[in-house]
Amino acid sequence: MKYWRRPLDKNKIKTPKGHIYVIPDRCKGCGFCIEFCPKGVLEESKEINRKGYHLPKIADGKEDDCMNCDFCMLICPEFAIYTEEGE
Amino acid sequence: MSAKGAGNEGKIETVEEHPLDHILRQDRLPHIWCPGCGLGSAMTCFAQAIERVDIPLKKQVLLSGIGCTGRIAGYVNVDSYHTTHGRAIPFATGLKIANPELCVTVFSGDGDLFAIGGNHFLHAARRNVDINVICVNNFNYGMTGGQQGPTTPVEAKTSTTRYGSFEHPFNLPYLAAAIGAVYVSRWTTLHCRHLEKSMEKALQKKGFTFIEIISPCPTGFGRPNKLGEGLEELRYYREKSVIKNDASWDELELHMRGEEPVVVGDFVDTERPTYLELEEQMLRAKGLMK
Repeated sequence: MKYWRRPLDKNKIKTPKGHIYVIPDRCKGCGFCIEFCPKGVLEESKEINRKGYHLPKIADGKEDDCMNCDFCMLICPEFAIYTEEGE
Repeated sequence: MSAKGAGNEGKIETVEEHPLDHILRQDRLPHIWCPGCGLGSAMTCFAQAIERVDIPLKKQVLLSGIGCTGRIAGYVNVDSYHTTHGRAIPFATGLKIANPELCVTVFSGDGDLFAIGGNHFLHAARRNVDINVICVNNFNYGMTGGQQGPTTPVEAKTSTTRYGSFEHPFNLPYLAAAIGAVYVSRWTTLHCRHLEKSMEKALQKKGFTFIEIISPCPTGFGRPNKLGEGLEELRYYREKSVIKNDASWDELELHMRGEEPVVVGDFVDTERPTYLELEEQMLRAKGLMK
């Protein structure tokens, strides 16, 4: 992110880091989490679950981009993905 | 986060439990809703909302009628009742009057609440019974095969309107506000955070509250109307939805085609004495209640 001036409290404010978890057998492959992740962290993987749906995976170069906003958890209709505060 | 090894790049850590699992009935999952249906998102928002509000889960009651949305009462692990078709609101009214300590929510579909249960909705809102009504509007009768319902927009195709519907649909927020609901809002299933905040507000508010949730129905409505799968319907909402809290009632009409916007927002937030408050007040004034 580019600032037009350096915020005074930039050293104190830390961007939260998130850790993503998925419950593979619940996923129905609707793609909501992939499409609507505000940071574009997820993409469709080649891996399939027991029902034959493609699971999400972390896109290349986005490993540290999750900010723990929880939007994937809210929009997932299957209770199959969530994030937690990571280190 | 990413396990090292060939073919495993970017793999997400897998687990067996979800943080909202204690609000769900595990033995009932996975639910029956189609991939791409918005009902699951609406249920997640509701689960999150009942967990966040200051009302213990023991005091929460969830009621529903018949239909795809009617299944919600069977999936959420609070006291719940799956009533006969259209009769969720009379049941809720009775429950609230018999035990005013309960926080009663009716979660049902547009066909159940406004076709067969239409009259009950009118009278519960007129009396201002302290219940929360959440209506998931997917513009058709999804469970029985995508027939035309009271909210099907003009010209929309369903399995019983092959040439497009020629009936005017209900404008649900207008209807609810006109008959005296104290809180009226409308969101799509894409507006998860707004929806969750609205649900929290409705659960805590005294009086008859109404939330309309516009939800994709890939099987019953998306396919015949060329709106595509659930994901494409959500993209359509992202493109066309406008948050406008002071929208005029005419703007709230839904067309679901062309360039017509989908106006969402919190439209009404007022106070009015509830049924039980009025009863108590009048009986006290006549000396019939201590």
